[in-house]
Amino acid sequence: MDLSYGAEYEAIRTEVRDFISAHRDQAPKGGNMRSKAVLDWQKLLIEHGYAARTIPEAYGGFGAEPDVLASRIIAEEFANAQVSQGLGGQGISMLVPTLLEVGSEEQKQTFIRPTIHGEMVWCQGYSEPGAGSDLASLRTAAVLDGDEWVVNGQKIWTSTAHLADWIFCLVRTEPDAPKHQGISFLLFRMDTPGIEIRPLVDMTGAANFNEVFFTDVRVPKQQIVGTRGEGWQVANAILRHERDSLGDPNIMLSRLNALIKLMHSETIDGRRVIDLPAYRDRLMRIQGRVMALGFNDMRILSARINQKDASLARMVVKLQGTELRHELEQLGIDAMGELGLAYGKNPYLRDHGNWQTHYMYYLGLIIGGGTSQIQKNIISERGLGLPREPKVAAKAAATA
Amino acid sequence: MDFGLSEEQTLFQDTLNAFLAEQVGLERVRRIAAGEESASAVWAELAELGVCALLAPEAHGGVGLKPLDAAIAAECLGHHATPSPFLGSAVMGPTALLLAGGQGERLERLAAGDLRMGIALGEAIAARAEAGVRASDGKLNGKALYVLDYGADEYLVADSNRGLHLVCASDLEHRPLATVEKTRPTGELVFNDCPAIPLSTDPAHLQAVLDAGRVMLAADTLGAAQNMLDQAVAYAKEREQFNRPIGSFQAVKHMCAEMAAHLEPCRALVWYAGHALSEVPEEAHLTACHAKAHLAEVGTFVARTATEVHGGMGFTDLLGLHYWFKRIGFNRQALGAPELVREEAARAQQLAA
Repeated sequence: MDLSYGAEYEAIRTEVRDFISAHRDQAPKGGNMRSKAVLDWQKLLIEHGYAARTIPEAYGGFGAEPDVLASRIIAEEFANAQVSQGLGGQGISMLVPTLLEVGSEEQKQTFIRPTIHGEMVWCQGYSEPGAGSDLASLRTAAVLDGDEWVVNGQKIWTSTAHLADWIFCLVRTEPDAPKHQGISFLLFRMDTPGIEIRPLVDMTGAANFNEVFFTDVRVPKQQIVGTRGEGWQVANAILRHERDSLGDPNIMLSRLNALIKLMHSETIDGRRVIDLPAYRDRLMRIQGRVMALGFNDMRILSARINQKDASLARMVVKLQGTELRHELEQLGIDAMGELGLAYGKNPYLRDHGNWQTHYMYYLGLIIGGGTSQIQKNIISERGLGLPREPKVAAKAAATA
Repeated sequence: MDFGLSEEQTLFQDTLNAFLAEQVGLERVRRIAAGEESASAVWAELAELGVCALLAPEAHGGVGLKPLDAAIAAECLGHHATPSPFLGSAVMGPTALLLAGGQGERLERLAAGDLRMGIALGEAIAARAEAGVRASDGKLNGKALYVLDYGADEYLVADSNRGLHLVCASDLEHRPLATVEKTRPTGELVFNDCPAIPLSTDPAHLQAVLDAGRVMLAADTLGAAQNMLDQAVAYAKEREQFNRPIGSFQAVKHMCAEMAAHLEPCRALVWYAGHALSEVPEEAHLTACHAKAHLAEVGTFVARTATEVHGGMGFTDLLGLHYWFKRIGFNRQALGAPELVREEAARAQQLAA
């Protein structure tokens, strides 16, 4: 056990702190992702290597070698200072690494620079009404007509579709091939004729997602990543490399601290909730689990640096993290009882209603991005080596 | 930065696991549990490997290692459900003697495996059935229940003012108490003006001894639960029903995934809690409490679920799964049940009075 980051990394930490204190007045506080303040801040962060850190300079990035510890320190310091660490989104987190892995030189030159600078916003067209956990069964079709693909079909769960300039989209181009070999990865503009976006209101009352409909959408033939039929491999290309960031355990810790604060301020019959043993015990149970996941995260980080295996520790993070967070938010609501039901305009609303919002939102995250049940399949099959469920699809198709 | 075990620690773990797998397998555990064989021989063999001497300083015949190393040993012993007086004689006893100071000769005897020290600190956590120990004029009166590592030569005793004492087994009345867990002897001590060696009046010393013990029990549960999970996974791959291995059914494989998902982060928690005992003193108490309580909960879940994966066979004596089930159940209650320990965790952060 050596928990020190070492002098070299403490120097990086000092650098980041100095940067933040010198420039924090320029940092945007929320606001439109197209605003000048947001775009200027993004540019400044890239110049200093605090955003797009490992993207090559040739494509507009900072060009540093991947260094998971340096990335973690930067993330920690921005989070502690509560200063924006620049733009995220699926273009930056998913498309750019995909292009770096399997894109053509021309695609890299065209798309990466404006994407990381926030000038080109993307949405992801993967899920369909009939293709959720079984994504490879997707049916949105693209047929080559001269020099253009003609796309017809529907996508769902498309976050930021209404804000995006472009979409990276999985479509079926080889209808007669086995399902994993008939998919292609297309890029096209969201203002192309034939695209209709309908907001999808979720249980929080917000429209974080959309449905997107394609009717004879014409896409230039060369706007394909990889070759036709290779889309599944393209979409999975970045999965071979671990993501640059492992998610931020600091957020769970800050929610736990907010919960402790809430339990001090809320009262029942004049007694603080924290002084009631039943609630306090639930808080301590959650704290123990938060602690275990926090140390698990340190183990994963360290394993990456030291080339040790922590694959099972990594596989359980999504399942455990989202379930725990949902329970944490639930305790916040329970600590308030009926007051915890407040939502929207209500004089007894606490913390802007965010206990309810997070409670519902994290149920969404338990389902989204690979449901808890899919996570359990992954853990048991890849992590524990249990046999896969026998396939029944062929039989069902034969009787249909 | 390296959050994990060193190469030496991994080697130690592998060596001890290999020894236990070969020399103290389930059949031997069964014989010891049935009283057909004494556990003393196991302790003598572990003494040869240096397991008794981990924490004692080199000057007193020990290896001079850290609590994290002891936690690694505890995990191995839990993994193999090994009957041994490790907790008292190799960890809590030496920790108390080191804190008290001036006990070099006892440390040497403990390190050599020649002295066995039982633990009678339960009443300092939760006195039940009117038990409790009072100290006055160098004598102890009262009784202590469910002492750990019963059958020892000496006992470490806490009095009602959270002071620590040593008593000799021959100076007091004692009797064994039968429990569900046959590999861990427990008993009752009765003190009638029992002469005692005062070790410490500092409640912080008692706390440190309890913290060390709790981390060891957490590590023991980690090893025991991992073994139960491993057995469940192996069984699910092999056992067939409806012409398929049962592990191919999601109902079964998801039980295994849930066990792994809960258990795997426990490893990092136990490592850190062990590390903190010696290296991060300001966090040692809180992390020891959470390691103890959280492993109790996860261990209980794994013990039940792994048994269930085995179906009816899990319920029988044939597979012997119940040795781990009971070991985890014992660890859950010993040195503070989870509710009590979580309340201590709350107090440690001024969240409870």
